[in-house]
Amino acid sequence: MPEAPPDEAPALHVEEIDVTYGRALSALRSVSLTVPHGGVVALLGANGAGKTTLLRAVSGTLRLHRGAVTAGRIRYGDTVLDGRDPVAAVRAGVVQVPEGRRVFAGLSVDENLRAGGLGLTRRAPAQTRRARDRVLTLFPRLAERPHQAAGLLSGGEQQMLAIGRALMASPRLLLLDEPSLGLAPLMVDRIAQVVREINAQGTAVLLVEQNAGMALSLADHAHVLEVGEVRLSGPAAELARTDAVRRLYLGETTDGQGAA
Amino acid sequence: MTTLVDNLFNGLALGAVYALIALGFVTIFKASGVLSFTHGSLLLLGGYLTAILHDDLGFAGALALAVLATAAVAGLLDRYVLQRIGTDPHAAHVATIATIGVDIVLVTDLSRRIGGDLLGLGDPWGDAVTDMGPATVADSRIAAIIVSAVAIAGAFALFRFTPWGLSLRAAAEDSEAAALMGVRLTRVRMLAWCLAGALAALAAVFLAAFPAPGLERTTGQIALKAFPAAILGGMASPVGALVGSLLIGLTEAFVAGYQSDLHVLGEGFGDVAPYAVMVLVLLVRPAGLFAARGAARV
Repeated sequence: MPEAPPDEAPALHVEEIDVTYGRALSALRSVSLTVPHGGVVALLGANGAGKTTLLRAVSGTLRLHRGAVTAGRIRYGDTVLDGRDPVAAVRAGVVQVPEGRRVFAGLSVDENLRAGGLGLTRRAPAQTRRARDRVLTLFPRLAERPHQAAGLLSGGEQQMLAIGRALMASPRLLLLDEPSLGLAPLMVDRIAQVVREINAQGTAVLLVEQNAGMALSLADHAHVLEVGEVRLSGPAAELARTDAVRRLYLGETTDGQGAA
Repeated sequence: MTTLVDNLFNGLALGAVYALIALGFVTIFKASGVLSFTHGSLLLLGGYLTAILHDDLGFAGALALAVLATAAVAGLLDRYVLQRIGTDPHAAHVATIATIGVDIVLVTDLSRRIGGDLLGLGDPWGDAVTDMGPATVADSRIAAIIVSAVAIAGAFALFRFTPWGLSLRAAAEDSEAAALMGVRLTRVRMLAWCLAGALAALAAVFLAAFPAPGLERTTGQIALKAFPAAILGGMASPVGALVGSLLIGLTEAFVAGYQSDLHVLGEGFGDVAPYAVMVLVLLVRPAGLFAARGAARV
C-alpha cells in the first residue's frame, strides 16, 4: 500500500487520567499508557474493568455517557484530546471501532463506508477514493455487495464493515473495542490477520480485548486493567508468560497454583 | 364522475400539503427523537411573514424570505432552546413538552398580530380555475401539488445524496456510532429543524390560498392533521409520511365530498376522519405502515 506514514510520528499518551461517570462513579483511576506510532498495544481486563471507558475518553464519547475525564491528560502528538468532541479525535487521526460492531443496519454497505468519511468534510475526493480502495482491497467481501443492507451481513462481515468504516477516515491510530466478540474462532483468526495488515500499512492500533490469547499474539505491549487501574503492563510476550495473566485471561491452570 | 375527479384532486392537493408538514415532523423525529408540537406556530409564522412582506417584495420574494426566516427560527429554537435541555433520549421527551410551550408563546403573539383578520398572501393563482375535462380544478390546488412534489423530491434528494442526509440517517440508526465517525450531531439536528421549518412555511401558502379565504390565526392548527399522517406512516419514515399524508388528504376530501351520503356519521366527520384512519391503520399495523423493519441479523 502506498499510504506513506507521515513524517512526524505522533504517539498517543494517556497520562494519569481519572474518569468519572455522573460525577460520582469512578471508572478509571490514574491510568497511563502510551501507543507509539505504528505500534500495537493491547488492553486486557475483565468486564467492567474500564477498557471501553478508556477508549471513550480518547475518542471523545464519554460525554454521551455522562462521563468526564476529571484529572490527567490525553495527547495525540501535539493535540490534546481530553474534553474534546469526537470530531477532534477523528480530525487528529484517531478513530474508534465501537464494541459490538454497531454498523448502521438499515444503511447499505456502501453508505456505511461513506459514513466513515463524514468527519473529514474538507478532504479531497481523490483521498476519499484512496481510503475506499484500501478498505475494499482489505475486505473483498464488502466490494462484492455494496448495496446490501448492513444489518443482513453475518457477524464477521459486520465486524469487517465496522473496521472498514473506521478506516475510511484514514486513521493513524485505530481504537478497536473487542473485535473478536461473538465471532467464530476462524473469524477471530481472520480479524487478527486484518489487524496485522492494517498495522503493517502504518496504522497504530490500540486493541481492547477479552480474548487475551489473540490480543497478546498481535501486540507489542500490553496492559491489564483491573477495576479501573492498570495492574500489569509490559511487553506482550512477557505478559503472556506471567502466571497471573495465564491464569486469569488465558484460561490456564498452572500446576500447584491452580487450587489456590 | 365529476365529484369523483374533483375529490381526487382535492385529496391529492390536501395530501401534498400535509406531506410538506409531515415530512418536517419525521425529519425532526429522526434527527432528535423530539415530536415537534411547534409546527403549527412555525407554519403560522411562515404564512404571516409572506402576508406582511408580499406588498413590498412581491409574492416570490416574500415567500423566499418567509421560508428562510422560518427555517432560521426553527433551527435556532432547536439549537438554543431544545438542545440546551439535552440530547439523550430522556431529554427528547422533555424537549417534546417544551415544544408545546414554545408553540403557545409563538401562536399567542402571532394571533395578537393577526387578530380577527384574514390576510391574503398575494399568491399569483387567486381564484382562477382550470378546466380539466370532467372536473374544474382551482389553479392553487394544481400549484400545491406541483410545488409540494418538487419540494418533497428535493428533500428526498437531500436525504439520499448529501453528506448531511447520510449523517442524518446514520445518526438516526446509531447516534454514538455516528459521533465516532465525526458526525456533528448538534449540527445535523439543527439543520433538520431548519428543513422542517422551511417546509412548514411553504405549506402555509397553500393552506391560506383559494379556496381557503386567507391566513387566519387558526390556520396553524391544520398542522395537527399532519400528525396522524406521520404516525400512520411509521413516524421515522419519510416515505411513510408521504403515503400517510396522501391517505389522510384523500380520506378527508372524499368524506367531505360525500358528506350527504355519510349523514349517519354526523356533521363535520371530515375533521375527524384523519384520526379515524390513523386508529384503523394502527389497529392493523401498530408500528405504522413503513416502520423500520429492523433489517438486523443477530
